[in-house]
Amino acid sequence: MRRATALARAALLIAAGAAVVLASGIEARVPRPAHDTPKGERCVENTEFMRRNHMKLLVHQRDRTVREGVRTKAHSLANCVDCHAGATTRSVIARGPDGSEGFCAGCHAYVGVTLDCFECHAATPRAAATAAAEERP
Amino acid sequence: MTDRRDDVDAGRRQFVGWGVAMAGATLAPGVMLFDLAHGRAPEAPAPRGVRWGMLVDATRCAPDCNACIVACAKEHGLPDGKRSTDAQWIRKVELKDLRSGRALGAPVMCQHCAKPPCVDVCPTGASFKRADGIVLVDRHTCIGCRYCMLACPYQARSFVHEPVVNPQPDVPRGKGCVESCTLCVHRIDRDRAPACVEACAAAGHRALVFGDLNDPGSEIAKRVASYATAPLRPGLGLDPGVRYHGI
Repeated sequence: MRRATALARAALLIAAGAAVVLASGIEARVPRPAHDTPKGERCVENTEFMRRNHMKLLVHQRDRTVREGVRTKAHSLANCVDCHAGATTRSVIARGPDGSEGFCAGCHAYVGVTLDCFECHAATPRAAATAAAEERP
Repeated sequence: MTDRRDDVDAGRRQFVGWGVAMAGATLAPGVMLFDLAHGRAPEAPAPRGVRWGMLVDATRCAPDCNACIVACAKEHGLPDGKRSTDAQWIRKVELKDLRSGRALGAPVMCQHCAKPPCVDVCPTGASFKRADGIVLVDRHTCIGCRYCMLACPYQARSFVHEPVVNPQPDVPRGKGCVESCTLCVHRIDRDRAPACVEACAAAGHRALVFGDLNDPGSEIAKRVASYATAPLRPGLGLDPGVRYHGI
Protein backbone atom coordinates (compact mmCIF):
# COMPACT_ATOMS: atom_id res chain seq x y z
CA MET A 1 0.00 0.00 0.00
CA ARG A 2 2.80 2.37 1.01
CA ARG A 3 4.63 1.43 -2.15
CA ALA A 4 1.60 2.29 -4.30
CA THR A 5 1.34 5.73 -2.68
CA ALA A 6 5.01 6.42 -3.29
CA LEU A 7 4.60 5.43 -6.93
CA ALA A 8 1.58 7.68 -7.32
CA ARG A 9 3.49 10.56 -5.75
CA ALA A 10 6.38 10.06 -8.15
CA ALA A 11 4.03 9.94 -11.11
CA LEU A 12 2.39 13.15 -9.96
CA LEU A 13 5.77 14.88 -9.65
CA ILE A 14 6.77 13.82 -13.16
CA ALA A 15 3.44 14.97 -14.59
CA ALA A 16 3.70 18.33 -12.84
CA GLY A 17 7.25 18.79 -14.13
CA ALA A 18 6.14 18.01 -17.67
CA ALA A 19 3.28 20.48 -17.37
CA VAL A 20 5.65 23.25 -16.24
CA VAL A 21 7.99 22.54 -19.15
CA LEU A 22 5.08 22.50 -21.60
CA ALA A 23 3.59 25.68 -20.18
CA SER A 24 6.86 27.54 -20.37
CA GLY A 25 7.24 26.35 -23.98
CA ILE A 26 3.84 27.80 -24.85
CA GLU A 27 4.69 31.01 -23.03
CA ALA A 28 7.76 31.37 -25.17
CA ARG A 29 6.01 30.66 -28.47
CA VAL A 30 2.78 32.64 -27.98
CA PRO A 31 3.00 35.76 -25.82
CA ARG A 32 0.05 36.25 -23.49
CA PRO A 33 -2.21 39.06 -24.73
CA ALA A 34 -1.67 42.44 -23.11
CA HIS A 35 -4.83 44.35 -22.29
CA ASP A 36 -5.38 48.00 -21.74
CA THR A 37 -8.61 48.15 -19.76
CA PRO A 38 -9.03 51.22 -17.65
CA LYS A 39 -12.41 51.03 -15.96
CA GLY A 40 -13.59 49.35 -12.80
CA GLU A 41 -11.99 47.90 -9.70
CA ARG A 42 -13.38 44.41 -10.19
CA CYS A 43 -15.67 42.47 -12.50
CA VAL A 44 -19.27 41.47 -11.78
CA GLU A 45 -18.01 38.00 -10.75
CA ASN A 46 -14.53 36.92 -9.67
CA THR A 47 -11.89 36.62 -12.36
CA GLU A 48 -11.40 32.83 -12.22
CA PHE A 49 -15.15 32.28 -12.53
CA MET A 50 -15.44 34.72 -15.42
CA ARG A 51 -12.55 33.12 -17.34
CA ARG A 52 -14.35 29.80 -17.36
CA ASN A 53 -18.00 30.83 -17.40
CA HIS A 54 -18.49 34.21 -19.08
CA MET A 55 -19.94 32.56 -22.17
CA LYS A 56 -22.54 30.68 -20.11
CA LEU A 57 -23.61 33.91 -18.42
CA LEU A 58 -23.84 35.67 -21.79
CA VAL A 59 -25.92 32.96 -23.45
CA HIS A 60 -28.28 32.86 -20.50
CA GLN A 61 -28.63 36.64 -20.41
CA ARG A 62 -29.08 36.87 -24.18
CA ASP A 63 -32.13 34.60 -24.14
CA ARG A 64 -33.61 36.37 -21.13
CA THR A 65 -33.15 39.75 -22.83
CA VAL A 66 -34.28 38.94 -26.36
CA ARG A 67 -37.14 36.60 -25.49
CA GLU A 68 -38.42 38.04 -22.21
CA GLY A 69 -37.24 41.65 -22.24
CA VAL A 70 -35.17 41.37 -19.07
CA ARG A 71 -32.55 44.11 -19.22
CA THR A 72 -30.47 43.74 -16.08
CA LYS A 73 -27.04 45.27 -16.39
CA ALA A 74 -24.65 42.90 -14.63
CA HIS A 75 -24.34 40.08 -17.19
CA SER A 76 -25.23 42.01 -20.33
CA LEU A 77 -22.76 42.18 -23.20
CA ALA A 78 -23.13 45.97 -23.46
CA ASN A 79 -22.05 46.21 -19.81
CA CYS A 80 -18.97 44.04 -20.52
CA VAL A 81 -18.02 46.36 -23.36
CA ASP A 82 -18.61 49.50 -21.28
CA CYS A 83 -15.85 48.49 -18.82
CA HIS A 84 -13.53 46.35 -20.91
CA ALA A 85 -13.08 48.61 -23.96
CA GLY A 86 -9.47 49.70 -24.45
CA ALA A 87 -8.42 53.10 -23.09
CA THR A 88 -7.26 54.42 -26.46
CA THR A 89 -9.20 52.26 -28.92
CA ARG A 90 -12.56 52.38 -27.06
CA SER A 91 -13.11 48.86 -28.38
CA VAL A 92 -12.94 45.28 -27.11
CA ILE A 93 -11.68 43.92 -30.45
CA ALA A 94 -9.36 46.58 -31.92
CA ARG A 95 -5.59 46.46 -31.47
CA GLY A 96 -4.15 49.56 -29.81
CA PRO A 97 -1.19 51.62 -31.12
CA ASP A 98 0.92 50.38 -28.19
CA GLY A 99 0.43 46.77 -29.31
CA SER A 100 -2.22 46.02 -26.69
CA GLU A 101 -5.02 43.83 -27.91
CA GLY A 102 -8.77 44.18 -27.54
CA PHE A 103 -9.91 42.56 -24.29
CA CYS A 104 -12.16 40.03 -26.05
CA ALA A 105 -10.32 39.53 -29.34
CA GLY A 106 -6.86 39.24 -27.79
CA CYS A 107 -7.76 36.41 -25.43
CA HIS A 108 -9.93 34.60 -27.97
CA ALA A 109 -7.05 34.63 -30.45
CA TYR A 110 -4.68 33.38 -27.71
CA VAL A 111 -6.84 30.34 -26.90
CA GLY A 112 -7.93 29.83 -30.52
CA VAL A 113 -11.67 30.22 -29.99
CA THR A 114 -13.92 32.02 -32.47
CA LEU A 115 -15.61 35.21 -31.32
CA ASP A 116 -18.94 35.78 -33.03
CA CYS A 117 -20.58 38.37 -30.75
CA PHE A 118 -19.18 41.37 -32.57
CA GLU A 119 -20.38 40.28 -36.00
CA CYS A 120 -23.60 41.97 -34.87
CA HIS A 121 -23.03 43.58 -31.47
CA ALA A 122 -21.28 46.91 -30.94
CA ALA A 123 -17.69 46.46 -29.77
CA THR A 124 -17.55 50.01 -28.44
CA PRO A 125 -19.24 51.49 -25.34
CA ARG A 126 -22.57 53.26 -25.65
CA ALA A 127 -21.15 56.80 -25.66
CA ALA A 128 -18.50 56.02 -28.30
CA ALA A 129 -20.99 54.15 -30.49
CA THR A 130 -23.44 57.03 -30.40
CA ALA A 131 -20.71 59.49 -31.37
CA ALA A 132 -19.66 57.26 -34.29
CA ALA A 133 -23.25 57.02 -35.49
CA GLU A 134 -23.60 60.80 -35.48
CA GLU A 135 -20.41 61.23 -37.48
CA ARG A 136 -21.73 58.88 -40.14
CA PRO A 137 -23.04 60.83 -43.19
CA MET B 1 -53.26 48.57 -50.47
CA THR B 2 -52.16 50.76 -53.36
CA ASP B 3 -53.82 48.60 -56.04
CA ARG B 4 -57.42 49.03 -54.98
CA ARG B 5 -58.52 51.90 -57.16
CA ASP B 6 -61.86 50.78 -58.53
CA ASP B 7 -64.90 53.05 -58.62
CA VAL B 8 -66.66 51.51 -55.63
CA ASP B 9 -63.63 52.23 -53.49
CA ALA B 10 -63.39 55.75 -54.84
CA GLY B 11 -66.84 56.60 -53.54
CA ARG B 12 -66.13 54.91 -50.24
CA ARG B 13 -62.84 56.71 -49.83
CA GLN B 14 -64.55 60.04 -50.44
CA PHE B 15 -67.13 59.26 -47.79
CA VAL B 16 -64.52 58.05 -45.35
CA GLY B 17 -62.45 61.14 -46.13
CA TRP B 18 -65.22 63.50 -45.01
CA GLY B 19 -65.69 61.57 -41.82
CA VAL B 20 -61.96 61.72 -41.21
CA ALA B 21 -61.84 65.48 -41.76
CA MET B 22 -64.50 66.01 -39.13
CA ALA B 23 -62.89 63.63 -36.66
CA GLY B 24 -59.51 65.28 -37.19
CA ALA B 25 -60.92 68.70 -36.35
CA THR B 26 -62.44 67.56 -33.08
CA LEU B 27 -59.27 65.96 -31.70
CA ALA B 28 -58.33 67.67 -28.48
CA PRO B 29 -54.98 69.48 -28.69
CA GLY B 30 -52.28 68.84 -26.13
CA VAL B 31 -53.22 65.27 -25.27
CA MET B 32 -50.49 62.78 -24.39
CA LEU B 33 -49.57 60.66 -27.37
CA PHE B 34 -48.19 57.82 -25.32
CA ASP B 35 -48.35 56.73 -21.74
CA LEU B 36 -45.81 54.41 -20.26
CA ALA B 37 -46.53 54.59 -16.57
CA HIS B 38 -45.77 50.90 -16.21
CA GLY B 39 -42.43 51.34 -14.47
CA ARG B 40 -41.26 47.79 -14.94
CA ALA B 41 -38.11 46.79 -13.05
CA PRO B 42 -35.15 45.73 -15.24
CA GLU B 43 -35.23 42.19 -13.81
CA ALA B 44 -38.96 41.74 -14.48
CA PRO B 45 -39.90 40.05 -17.78
CA ALA B 46 -42.27 41.65 -20.30
CA PRO B 47 -45.76 41.51 -18.76
CA ARG B 48 -48.32 39.14 -20.24
CA GLY B 49 -51.37 41.37 -19.83
CA VAL B 50 -49.98 44.24 -21.88
CA ARG B 51 -50.59 44.57 -25.62
CA TRP B 52 -48.39 47.26 -27.08
CA GLY B 53 -49.90 48.91 -30.09
CA MET B 54 -49.76 51.96 -32.28
CA LEU B 55 -52.43 54.10 -33.83
CA VAL B 56 -51.56 55.86 -37.08
CA ASP B 57 -53.78 58.85 -37.78
CA ALA B 58 -53.41 59.21 -41.56
CA THR B 59 -55.29 62.52 -41.52
CA ARG B 60 -52.48 64.09 -39.50
CA CYS B 61 -49.60 62.51 -41.45
CA ALA B 62 -48.05 65.32 -43.55
CA PRO B 63 -47.29 64.40 -47.18
CA ASP B 64 -43.81 65.98 -47.27
CA CYS B 65 -42.68 64.71 -43.86
CA ASN B 66 -40.47 61.70 -43.27
CA ALA B 67 -39.47 62.41 -39.66
CA CYS B 68 -40.50 58.92 -38.52
CA ILE B 69 -38.34 57.23 -41.16
CA VAL B 70 -35.31 59.40 -40.36
CA ALA B 71 -35.73 58.84 -36.62
CA CYS B 72 -36.02 55.08 -37.12
CA ALA B 73 -32.86 54.94 -39.22
CA LYS B 74 -30.93 56.97 -36.64
CA GLU B 75 -32.21 54.98 -33.67
CA HIS B 76 -31.32 51.62 -35.18
CA GLY B 77 -28.27 52.56 -37.25
CA LEU B 78 -30.01 51.65 -40.50
CA PRO B 79 -28.49 52.62 -43.87
CA ASP B 80 -29.90 55.62 -45.72
CA GLY B 81 -32.06 53.54 -48.07
CA LYS B 82 -30.28 54.56 -51.26
CA ARG B 83 -29.38 51.02 -52.23
CA SER B 84 -32.13 48.64 -53.28
CA THR B 85 -30.82 46.11 -50.77
CA ASP B 86 -30.97 48.48 -47.78
CA ALA B 87 -33.11 47.36 -44.86
CA GLN B 88 -36.33 49.26 -44.37
CA TRP B 89 -38.19 49.04 -41.07
CA ILE B 90 -40.72 51.79 -41.72
CA ARG B 91 -41.88 53.22 -45.03
CA LYS B 92 -44.47 55.69 -46.16
CA VAL B 93 -47.21 54.41 -48.41
CA GLU B 94 -49.00 57.01 -50.54
CA LEU B 95 -52.65 56.50 -51.37
CA LYS B 96 -54.45 58.45 -54.07
CA ASP B 97 -58.06 58.26 -55.04
CA LEU B 98 -57.97 58.63 -58.83
CA ARG B 99 -61.57 59.84 -59.10
CA SER B 100 -61.42 62.63 -56.54
CA GLY B 101 -57.69 63.26 -56.46
CA ARG B 102 -57.68 62.94 -52.68
CA ALA B 103 -54.23 61.77 -51.58
CA LEU B 104 -52.93 60.68 -48.25
CA GLY B 105 -49.93 58.86 -46.89
CA ALA B 106 -49.26 56.80 -43.84
CA PRO B 107 -46.28 54.96 -42.42
CA VAL B 108 -46.34 51.17 -42.64
CA MET B 109 -44.12 49.03 -40.47
CA CYS B 110 -44.32 45.62 -38.80
CA GLN B 111 -47.95 45.45 -37.68
CA HIS B 112 -47.14 43.28 -34.63
CA CYS B 113 -49.95 40.82 -35.29
CA ALA B 114 -51.53 38.81 -32.50
CA LYS B 115 -51.43 35.85 -34.90
CA PRO B 116 -48.24 36.54 -36.82
CA PRO B 117 -47.73 34.48 -40.00
CA CYS B 118 -43.96 35.09 -39.79
CA VAL B 119 -43.88 33.19 -36.49
CA ASP B 120 -45.98 30.37 -37.95
CA VAL B 121 -43.59 29.73 -40.83
CA CYS B 122 -40.22 30.25 -39.12
CA PRO B 123 -38.37 26.91 -39.26
CA THR B 124 -36.00 27.66 -36.38
CA GLY B 125 -38.22 29.53 -33.93
CA ALA B 126 -36.25 32.74 -34.46
CA SER B 127 -39.42 34.69 -35.27
CA PHE B 128 -41.37 34.97 -32.07
CA LYS B 129 -43.96 37.05 -30.28
CA ARG B 130 -43.07 38.45 -26.90
CA ALA B 131 -45.50 38.21 -23.98
CA ASP B 132 -46.49 41.86 -24.46
CA GLY B 133 -47.37 41.35 -28.14
CA ILE B 134 -44.19 42.62 -29.82
CA VAL B 135 -43.11 40.45 -32.76
CA LEU B 136 -39.34 40.09 -33.00
CA VAL B 137 -36.55 38.15 -34.71
CA ASP B 138 -34.03 36.43 -32.46
CA ARG B 139 -30.95 36.87 -34.61
CA HIS B 140 -29.09 34.23 -32.60
CA THR B 141 -31.34 31.59 -34.15
CA CYS B 142 -32.25 33.24 -37.48
CA ILE B 143 -30.68 31.36 -40.39
CA GLY B 144 -31.67 33.95 -42.99
CA CYS B 145 -34.03 31.71 -44.97
CA ARG B 146 -36.42 34.62 -45.59
CA TYR B 147 -39.52 32.45 -45.32
CA CYS B 148 -41.02 35.05 -42.94
CA MET B 149 -40.54 37.76 -45.55
CA LEU B 150 -42.72 35.77 -47.95
CA ALA B 151 -45.31 35.07 -45.27
CA CYS B 152 -45.72 38.68 -44.13
CA PRO B 153 -48.73 40.24 -45.90
CA TYR B 154 -47.44 43.76 -45.12
CA GLN B 155 -43.95 43.31 -46.62
CA ALA B 156 -42.62 44.61 -43.35
CA ARG B 157 -39.44 42.56 -43.13
CA SER B 158 -36.01 43.14 -44.65
CA PHE B 159 -33.01 40.93 -45.15
CA VAL B 160 -29.61 42.38 -44.29
CA HIS B 161 -27.56 41.92 -47.44
CA GLU B 162 -24.57 44.08 -46.60
CA PRO B 163 -22.09 43.98 -43.71
CA VAL B 164 -23.12 46.23 -40.83
CA VAL B 165 -20.68 48.88 -39.63
CA ASN B 166 -20.91 50.48 -36.19
CA PRO B 167 -24.11 48.88 -34.91
CA GLN B 168 -25.89 50.67 -32.08
CA PRO B 169 -25.20 49.01 -28.69
CA ASP B 170 -28.94 48.51 -28.09
CA VAL B 171 -29.67 47.32 -31.61
CA PRO B 172 -27.33 44.54 -32.70
CA ARG B 173 -27.71 43.86 -36.43
CA GLY B 174 -25.76 41.70 -38.79
CA LYS B 175 -25.53 40.48 -42.35
CA GLY B 176 -27.52 37.36 -43.11
CA CYS B 177 -30.49 37.89 -40.79
CA VAL B 178 -34.02 39.08 -41.37
CA GLU B 179 -35.15 42.09 -39.35
CA SER B 180 -38.09 44.42 -38.99
CA CYS B 181 -39.61 47.07 -36.74
CA THR B 182 -39.16 46.07 -33.10
CA LEU B 183 -41.51 48.80 -31.86
CA CYS B 184 -38.26 50.10 -30.30
CA VAL B 185 -38.32 47.27 -27.79
CA HIS B 186 -35.12 48.51 -26.13
CA ARG B 187 -36.87 51.82 -25.42
CA ILE B 188 -40.13 50.24 -24.27
CA ASP B 189 -38.20 48.11 -21.77
CA ARG B 190 -36.88 51.37 -20.31
CA ASP B 191 -40.28 53.09 -20.30
CA ARG B 192 -39.70 55.22 -23.37
CA ALA B 193 -41.88 55.56 -26.46
CA PRO B 194 -40.70 54.40 -29.91
CA ALA B 195 -38.40 56.78 -31.81
CA CYS B 196 -40.89 57.35 -34.65
CA VAL B 197 -43.62 58.40 -32.20
CA GLU B 198 -41.33 60.90 -30.50
CA ALA B 199 -40.13 62.25 -33.86
CA CYS B 200 -43.67 62.65 -35.18
CA ALA B 201 -44.67 64.60 -32.07
CA ALA B 202 -41.49 66.71 -32.29
CA ALA B 203 -42.32 67.53 -35.93
CA GLY B 204 -45.68 68.79 -34.71
CA HIS B 205 -47.88 66.26 -36.50
CA ARG B 206 -48.76 63.90 -33.67
CA ALA B 207 -50.00 61.33 -36.15
CA LEU B 208 -48.64 58.37 -34.15
CA VAL B 209 -50.04 57.27 -30.82
CA PHE B 210 -48.33 54.51 -28.89
CA GLY B 211 -49.55 52.66 -25.82
CA ASP B 212 -51.13 49.61 -24.24
CA LEU B 213 -54.26 48.55 -26.14
CA ASN B 214 -55.34 46.40 -23.19
CA ASP B 215 -55.33 49.27 -20.70
CA PRO B 216 -58.72 51.03 -21.00
CA GLY B 217 -57.24 54.17 -19.42
CA SER B 218 -54.46 54.58 -21.99
CA GLU B 219 -54.65 57.26 -24.68
CA ILE B 220 -54.52 54.73 -27.50
CA ALA B 221 -57.28 52.56 -26.04
CA LYS B 222 -59.49 55.61 -25.50
CA ARG B 223 -59.01 56.72 -29.09
CA VAL B 224 -59.59 53.26 -30.52
CA ALA B 225 -62.80 53.12 -28.46
CA SER B 226 -63.99 56.57 -29.52
CA TYR B 227 -63.52 56.79 -33.28
CA ALA B 228 -63.20 54.55 -36.31
CA THR B 229 -59.87 52.79 -36.64
CA ALA B 230 -59.01 49.67 -38.59
CA PRO B 231 -56.04 47.42 -39.12
CA LEU B 232 -54.58 47.03 -42.60
CA ARG B 233 -56.07 44.06 -44.47
CA PRO B 234 -58.50 43.16 -41.67
CA GLY B 235 -59.85 40.26 -43.75
CA LEU B 236 -56.74 38.25 -42.95
CA GLY B 237 -57.78 38.09 -39.30
CA LEU B 238 -54.27 38.59 -37.97
CA ASP B 239 -55.33 41.12 -35.30
CA PRO B 240 -52.45 43.58 -35.80
CA GLY B 241 -51.30 45.82 -32.97
CA VAL B 242 -50.95 48.74 -35.39
CA ARG B 243 -54.24 50.40 -36.31
CA TYR B 244 -55.03 53.15 -38.82
CA HIS B 245 -57.43 56.03 -38.79
CA GLY B 246 -58.47 57.85 -41.94
CA ILE B 247 -57.55 55.45 -44.74
